Amino acid sequence: MAAITREKFQRSAAASSADILKRLANQEVILLAAIVLLTLFVSLYEMGALGRAQPRFLSERNVVLVLQGNAYIAVAAIGMSLVIISGNIDISVGSLIGVLAVVGGNLAVWLDKNSLPVWIAWIAPLFLGGLAGAVNGFLVAYLRIPAIVVTLGMLSILKGGLISVTGGEWIKDLPTSYFLSQQRPLSGLPEMLGNPEGFLGYLASVIGQLPVPVYAMFILTIAAALWMKYSAFGRSVYAVGGNAEAARLSGLSTQSIVFRVFIINGVFVGIASVLFATQLSIIQSTVPAGVELLIITSAVVGGVSILGGTGTAVGAMLAAILLSAITAALLFMNVSPYWTKAFQGVLILITVLADIVRRRRQARQISG
Amino acid sequence: MTVIEASSQALSLNQRIRALVFSQEGVLLLITIVAVAALSALSEPFRSVENFLNQGRLLTEIGLVALPMTYIIITGGIDLSVGSIFGLTAVILGYTWQNLGFPLELAIITSLIVATIAGFINGWFIVRVGVPPLIMTLATLALYRGLAEGIAQARSARGYPDWFYQLGQRDLLGVPTQLWILIVAAIIAAIILARTPFGRSLYAIGNNETAARFSGIPVGRNKMLIYAFSGLMAGLAGYIFVSRVSTTRSDMGTGLELDVIAAVVLGGTSIFGGTGSVPGTIIGVILIQLLKNGLSLTGVTGDSTIVVIGTVLILSILVNNFIQRRSGRMSS
Repeated sequence: MAAITREKFQRSAAASSADILKRLANQEVILLAAIVLLTLFVSLYEMGALGRAQPRFLSERNVVLVLQGNAYIAVAAIGMSLVIISGNIDISVGSLIGVLAVVGGNLAVWLDKNSLPVWIAWIAPLFLGGLAGAVNGFLVAYLRIPAIVVTLGMLSILKGGLISVTGGEWIKDLPTSYFLSQQRPLSGLPEMLGNPEGFLGYLASVIGQLPVPVYAMFILTIAAALWMKYSAFGRSVYAVGGNAEAARLSGLSTQSIVFRVFIINGVFVGIASVLFATQLSIIQSTVPAGVELLIITSAVVGGVSILGGTGTAVGAMLAAILLSAITAALLFMNVSPYWTKAFQGVLILITVLADIVRRRRQARQISG
Repeated sequence: MTVIEASSQALSLNQRIRALVFSQEGVLLLITIVAVAALSALSEPFRSVENFLNQGRLLTEIGLVALPMTYIIITGGIDLSVGSIFGLTAVILGYTWQNLGFPLELAIITSLIVATIAGFINGWFIVRVGVPPLIMTLATLALYRGLAEGIAQARSARGYPDWFYQLGQRDLLGVPTQLWILIVAAIIAAIILARTPFGRSLYAIGNNETAARFSGIPVGRNKMLIYAFSGLMAGLAGYIFVSRVSTTRSDMGTGLELDVIAAVVLGGTSIFGGTGSVPGTIIGVILIQLLKNGLSLTGVTGDSTIVVIGTVLILSILVNNFIQRRSGRMSS
């Protein structure tokens, strides 16, 4: 009896440690480790090879810049994660960000001239983004055109339409109240804590310098992660992506789920466009190049399986931060910025390979 | 007995005609003819022979890359890295010639070998490691473009000897030189796809990869071959492009993959794999180029042209879906 209990106990202990290992080996942890390792490596390189007393990579300014750099990418990657988890893709997001940024910028100028509240220019792109998403979603879900074709067409329409309507003109003289991305909600934090020294002071200073997009990134990511994990709709998106036929047979309306996923994605793209448009003093009337790629990359490197059915928003955010950190790291290591994309490509490959190896091992555990 | 056979044969002929008319190629050919007629009526310069030949020169690069892309999409795969391989080839060509002092002939061969290897790397990871094609080529899209940018360091190579421009800027027997290459390549690619066991195996892979493997088709080998082929053709297109524009820059071919995929999908190749043809792809390539050209001649600016292409892409699939649903209902 005692022996059995002990055996049982040992077995459950072994199972729980395997469980912890499995949880530790997920994509979020791999990405977090990659960010930490990268930071360590660059800092040591700076102090060793370049002889700097303090690694500039860890300076408050750079940490803030790294977090801020890809915040709008991370927000758009949340919507993209949903789309990919549902078994679809959206390559029109970069063009949509460009179009909505121009619409928002022009609206802000117009609102300011007519002494209307400028915050309307922060809200309108969300609705327009949702509308564009609804068009994509309708074509994909109800008219059954493959998502890659629909969004490829939409990419051309938005990109061409933007340049031919605006003639490539830049938007200048934006009202100062429009620049959401330069507002720092907690800028008084170090003073509030009595200007502490040491690590706490460093942390307070970093947090004090964080602009709105970084908060938007954190809050939206956490909210989306919880919502996808615990809400009925969130679970149904995974179900549709995992096996659309099974989802349909168990009573889910796959068409309406896919339709809604595209609308939600459009709203996230709308938020991303506001974060993007409000960080510079001019808005170019062109589509930012390669943004859709960065967004899809963030979602996929973050652990969203391109085959649908799995993935999280937290992973996508960490991937966006990692991509931004690599760009900064190369800069601080005095590597020519022309090599940035090559390093990003290698990194994407490594994380994807790590993910595949991990999945295989899990599959073997399940079958064995 | 014979009567029944004859009638079933007649039915199958009837069905075959209907299938041809209602196929994506049929619909597309009709759209193309209507577009050419309308544009010819609207614009004097459009209907000149020189214009058509010049358009042939311009569409060659996309056409060459679209051939292996048709193969790849038929197997249910995709290759997003073609634009980057295109740019990498251009940079390697210029760099090995100008900076490493290779003879130009050797530089061309080197760049084409690099392009083929780049394509083969895609295929190897997709087949041997099991990376989904979309992800693999998304990663190499960044990687190959990054290599091109890193090697070029924003320098451009120009000042090629005179013979180098024969391929991109001159004519052979009254037709742009590179158009001959496209014509020959398209005919060979069409025959291979439609008439050889290798070509038919691509459809089998696209329809059901597991079944194809169990019926003894060398699935892995064939897939690696077509991705390497894709790299080679993207490289060839890059070389022709350098010859046409007389310079190399690392951003060449950016966004090429979207044009190529649009042409292939417009040409009736299903993005889900299993169906498609080379003639369809060629019609898709021609239609896109005609639209670009015709609209710009009738006074529509280049950027609005992209809008039209996007709309045509969505509409053609929509119309095709509609027709297939109707004809499906009729035959059942």
